Amino acid sequence: MATATEQWVLVEMVQALYEAPAYHLILEGILILWIIRLLFSKTYKLQERSDLTVKEKEELIEEWQPEPLVPPVPKDHPALNYNIVSGPPSHKTVVNGKECINFASFNFLGLLDNPRVKAAALASLKKYGVGTCGPRGFYGTFDVHLDLEDRLAKFMKTEEAIIYSYGFATIASAIPAYSKRGDIVFVDRAACFAIQKGLQASRSDIKLFKHNDMADLERLLKEQEIEDQKNPRKARVTRRFIVVEGLYMNTGTICPLPELVKLKYKYKARIFLEESLSFGVLGEHGRGVTEHYGINIDDIDLISANMENALASIGGFCCGRSFVIDHQRLSGQGYCFSASLPPLLAAAAIEALNIMEENPGIFAVLKEKCGQIHKALQGISGLKVVGESLSPAFHLQLEESTGSREQDVRLLQEIVDQCMNRSIALTQARYLEKEEKCLPPPRVFSGLETSRFIWEYRVQAAEELERRVLRPGAKSGRLQESPLGSLNALPAHSARPGFGRSLCIRVVVTVEQTEEELERAASTIKEVAQAVLL
Amino acid sequence: MRPEPGGCCCRRTVRANGCVANGEVRNGYVRSSAAAAAAAAAGQDFVSLYQDFENFYTRNLYMRIRDNWNRPICSVPGARVDIMERQSHDYNWSFKYTGNIIKGVINMGSYNYLGFARNTGSCQEAAAKVLEEYGAGVCSTRQEIGNLDKHEELEELVARFLGVEAAMAYGMGFATNSMNIPALVGKGCLILSDELNHASLVLGARLSGATIRIFKHNNMQSLEKLLKDAIVYGQPRTRRPWKKILILVEGIYSMEGSIVRLPEVIALKKKYKAYLYLDEAHSIGALGPTGRGVVEYFGLDPEDVDVMMGTFTKSFGASGGYIGGKKELIDYLRTHSHSAVYATSLSPPVVEQIITSMKCIMGQDGTSLGKECVQQLAENTRYFRRRLKEMGFIIYGNEDSPVVPLMLYMPAKIGAFGREMLKRNIGVVVVGFPATPIIESRARFCLSAAHTKEILDTALKEIDEVGDLLQLKYSRHRLVPLLDRPFDETTYEETED
Repeated sequence: MATATEQWVLVEMVQALYEAPAYHLILEGILILWIIRLLFSKTYKLQERSDLTVKEKEELIEEWQPEPLVPPVPKDHPALNYNIVSGPPSHKTVVNGKECINFASFNFLGLLDNPRVKAAALASLKKYGVGTCGPRGFYGTFDVHLDLEDRLAKFMKTEEAIIYSYGFATIASAIPAYSKRGDIVFVDRAACFAIQKGLQASRSDIKLFKHNDMADLERLLKEQEIEDQKNPRKARVTRRFIVVEGLYMNTGTICPLPELVKLKYKYKARIFLEESLSFGVLGEHGRGVTEHYGINIDDIDLISANMENALASIGGFCCGRSFVIDHQRLSGQGYCFSASLPPLLAAAAIEALNIMEENPGIFAVLKEKCGQIHKALQGISGLKVVGESLSPAFHLQLEESTGSREQDVRLLQEIVDQCMNRSIALTQARYLEKEEKCLPPPRVFSGLETSRFIWEYRVQAAEELERRVLRPGAKSGRLQESPLGSLNALPAHSARPGFGRSLCIRVVVTVEQTEEELERAASTIKEVAQAVLL
Repeated sequence: MRPEPGGCCCRRTVRANGCVANGEVRNGYVRSSAAAAAAAAAGQDFVSLYQDFENFYTRNLYMRIRDNWNRPICSVPGARVDIMERQSHDYNWSFKYTGNIIKGVINMGSYNYLGFARNTGSCQEAAAKVLEEYGAGVCSTRQEIGNLDKHEELEELVARFLGVEAAMAYGMGFATNSMNIPALVGKGCLILSDELNHASLVLGARLSGATIRIFKHNNMQSLEKLLKDAIVYGQPRTRRPWKKILILVEGIYSMEGSIVRLPEVIALKKKYKAYLYLDEAHSIGALGPTGRGVVEYFGLDPEDVDVMMGTFTKSFGASGGYIGGKKELIDYLRTHSHSAVYATSLSPPVVEQIITSMKCIMGQDGTSLGKECVQQLAENTRYFRRRLKEMGFIIYGNEDSPVVPLMLYMPAKIGAFGREMLKRNIGVVVVGFPATPIIESRARFCLSAAHTKEILDTALKEIDEVGDLLQLKYSRHRLVPLLDRPFDETTYEETED
């Protein structure tokens, strides 16, 4: 039936064609041709492909003026002229020609000057010479390195240890050995620069939590858990890490490790612990923050520390379970591609470990001294002490900022200089202002200024601003990420909120400082600060 | 300009790779599941820390022959070295030290170019003195209170040695690159990097946040094209002009033995107003009539290189790295280098070793010892390279380069060569994927001024034997006497015989 009708329609059409007047046919014909043309011709012109001529290119090349390789540095830049230390930077040291008591070097246990350490290093020097002339893989592994790795592993009571030839490179290489693109790292906002660089090299997603704020960390972890439930396939291959420091270099505070371990098992995120300040300081035997809290060291997936502070040598190490550490021997960039540690420095570190093992009382002495000066420095008008009383490196910050960072730097430098004149060597903690992710802008209102972690509020304020102004449509879930976001997406010189460093004077306590010296230092700082600030 | 092995050899190499991979698929399953089980037991259903699959090739191929690397030594890494003997009863998954020491192994692996790795002599004595006075460590950073008078002295000397206005020294060669490149360039800048650049340069470039483009190894056409396009077309998407362009090259490429075509690079850099960062890790001390590196080798002006970087690990027998250049550059680095602010400074005895060895090379110690070392190295290099070529090996790189890669091609020969050589009391470095392309496994010899003719002859004799044993003499060319060679002034990398 249907086909018959269709046929009939066709016949009618043909008939109509015959009957149609000529002008109609011509019109239809033109229309058809028009449609065909529309179909086959380009409807719009692609961007005019007028290639540049050679001459034009040459002109462009001629015209281009690059920026200078480096911008000029003002002559009075506070960091341009270094203090010159003549002779050993030990307990008593000569800074810029003046003999001072050293309150600035991280020589916590006074091992830099130790005759035993020197003798061990000397013996090694006489046997092996200075350099290793090769990376670990290519005849740069010395028996001393193996000994040191063995000793460190035994000292820390872990299965294995690996040494690096540079303290900074240790954690900065260890993080990207495990954490790759797509993995997630939860990191404390006060984390030190080496950690930041490691994170940047890993290209992982970075989530910052407020300094030592476990509720904030848990919130982020929970958010991630919800995210994971939405996409379980991705979650199965996404590694999660929590990166914290034992004692924070930037704040002198201790991390709440027991809570972190709880969170680790609850949310299945591995913990990387940076112990450069706490190794050889905290705990009954100087094993660091795990011993301090009495936590089983196997609960921490990776501990890294440098040997440049308490051990008074050079280099760094990582320790942990063998299947974790061994991975770095092929994947730790700073391990594989760098010349190995000069054997004399390894020998010095071994002897320093020996001394630490033989005198476990030394850590209690250090702790006591820290407490003493901490107490003595309380109540200086205008300066406040930041950091745990058990931390041998802590900070003095201005109670009230003058409103400009430069002015603050100058003020603090004045205090440092005057202390130096009175034979107390101190130093300002130096930061690369542009590089530290997100420095707090100078602010004037002082209500929050007295708070211990100023930048926290600043970041909150910035987040708030972002929430309200910059990203009105953003979902709240993204907000924690956005300002903190993945660091790798941030340009190196960006100044968005994130990590922030407060200006401060660093005070370092060592076991060599006598009680009188500590008292003298405290009273000097007090007097000078009052003279400068009032 | 590379000599090519026969096509047959290439095919065999590829086939050998295939076999390894095939075999490993079976083995790999067993092992990785065992490893995974161990990891899972320890990790309590955490996401596995690393996938064995990630490093499938490295882990499986490497495991079988890993006795060729990380060989522990227990003496000075000089011309001869003592190696601790080790054994494995589980196919290299673990090693046991037998307690024996393989004495007097000829060391063809250490970067001891000028022979300053010594435990006697003026360097050692000076270092020992400083060690006793200063101690081993520093316990602070340069910007805080770790700037010793020794460091200042060293930097002044380095600047004089290089013929630049100022210099700065850092505690680790690797970190000198990775922590200073980010201070020089950032977002909106372009880095043009040689494809064979060292991992530290790559890391530094990545950390800087600049855009990175790669040019073919030592290929000036490729570099020029990138430069031209970069300036003409500007940044991708935004089309803004680049803020600055930094070219990253090395003096001697450590896996290739080739020397950078510096005169052409400098010409290009001038023409296109780019900046040049020259990493002289292997070339400083080892090239040039007085050991001033690749710049002197070509008779160029150090002024033309914007950033002169190098390490103290190799020719100076110490550790650490430096950057030299204009005063403005160094001032900027003193204030902005990551290393100066956050990393502990160089150890004083190490500094002293550098100072003494550098003075020795400069002839400031009143002897001509340094000069002789430089000459000895150059002689050794030419002699060794020539002899290897005569034997019919395929050798890469420039004939003046003390890094001598001998091509093995087949991965199976990596292990065989390394072991056979150690059996004959010669320590060599063998490298394969991923440090080289898959079909270009090689052995690498590093020459030293400490090698005597006798040592070199012994080594050559053994290499010759092993070469026959393993059928390594791939070269189809016969050595043409030097004078008959057509002179081609663009070919610095003269290897076509």
